[in-house]
Amino acid sequence: MENRTDKNSYTIIFVIVMVMVVGALLSFLASEDGLNPLITENRRIEKQQNILYAMGVNDNDEGSAVFVASDKAGEEFSKYITKQLVIEGGNTSEDNNAYLIDVKKEQAKAKNGGTRRLPLFVGEKDGKTFYIAPIRGKGLWDAIWGYVAMDENMVVQGAYFDHKGETPGLGANIKQRYFMDDFIGEHLLSKNGDFKGITVAKGNADPKNMDKTDNEVDAIAGATITGDGVSAMIKKDLKLYLPYFNSLKGK
Amino acid sequence: MGKDSRLILDPLTDNNPITIQVLGICSALAITAELEASIVMSISVLFVMGVGNVVISLMRNIIPSKIRIIAQLIVVATLVIIVDLVLKAFAYELSKTLSVFVGLIITNCIIMGRFEAFALGNGPWRSFLDGIGNALGYGIILVIVGFFRELLGSGTLLGIQVLGDPIEKTGLYSIGYENNGFMLLSPMALIVVGIIIWIQRTRNKDLIED
Repeated sequence: MENRTDKNSYTIIFVIVMVMVVGALLSFLASEDGLNPLITENRRIEKQQNILYAMGVNDNDEGSAVFVASDKAGEEFSKYITKQLVIEGGNTSEDNNAYLIDVKKEQAKAKNGGTRRLPLFVGEKDGKTFYIAPIRGKGLWDAIWGYVAMDENMVVQGAYFDHKGETPGLGANIKQRYFMDDFIGEHLLSKNGDFKGITVAKGNADPKNMDKTDNEVDAIAGATITGDGVSAMIKKDLKLYLPYFNSLKGK
Repeated sequence: MGKDSRLILDPLTDNNPITIQVLGICSALAITAELEASIVMSISVLFVMGVGNVVISLMRNIIPSKIRIIAQLIVVATLVIIVDLVLKAFAYELSKTLSVFVGLIITNCIIMGRFEAFALGNGPWRSFLDGIGNALGYGIILVIVGFFRELLGSGTLLGIQVLGDPIEKTGLYSIGYENNGFMLLSPMALIVVGIIIWIQRTRNKDLIED
């Protein structure tokens, strides 16, 4: 027994067989015949749930963030989201699949000198109009992203953040209610109308967030880099929508 | 049976993977800022250890000894990825909660350590018990550390404020108590683990190495 498994030829054959078995198994599972259609569908529903969450359509109970049920997401999405816009350069067009635009790919396109397509979702709820934009950036370990709902003056009406691999208990807390709710009512513009963004600030001496026009929310202890990532993605991505909001005022 | 039950009980106390063998420290530091994360990680490791130990044990006679570590790594990585994909397809909400733990499970040295030290030399049933025992021993320490870090660092347990509201100054906070933000940082996890090691070796002098 010992001799057989110690031979080089056996080792090589073992490696080849093992890699082939494992490779075949995993690529089958991740392929179109395997679980991929189900996973893609789940991701699509999740995007609708995220957008709805940002504009306040959710099943939140006290303290925890709960999406609308996944089987109802499609229906609610077409009920509340009245228009899906794509802003490309100076042009604005409607596209009913704008929510499927991959922000990561668009960011890469802009980096390579192309024009970025900016999706913007217009929602109506209780007579109020919401403008919801996706944002994406880097946390400490991996990607972070989110959706921010604004009114026509770029005052935040709701926010949803998510992350791929931030530290549980620290950076991962950006998707906790107490952090996301802090953004509600916060102004993205400075008092004289320039775009300033919202900074996740340490020691801003305003933990209850009474001052909504200071462009700051309270940071999470132990999650400095994730917090900086949130500030950066808000500043960078939402700034691109400023011309659109300015054109709204002209009307 | 006596021998088999020791496989489960020993790792809980006198042969604990974290406090005695000092394995799995990295994840014990990383994710214990909250009790909930500690519990989720413990359950995930319990599953991977149980199944992984059995798979390695079944393969123990065909794995070439020269590349056994790589073979073990492939088994645990494959297992974790399969579980991750299945959860993404059928229990998406749960997979979102677990996704951050996937990388931590693969690199957990307790898993590799038990494959190497036990499953390669023992039958499937005993390997299964050994896996469960070590995962429980790991889980106990994680939960203890998570309990103290969340309680003293955030004043909450499982997200519920148990000491009053630090911003509104109610409960303990009304008499001047403050959360210790330092507890949320990794070094304090090491100190809590150190205190557990200290208590354990004071109670059982046999554990003290020269």
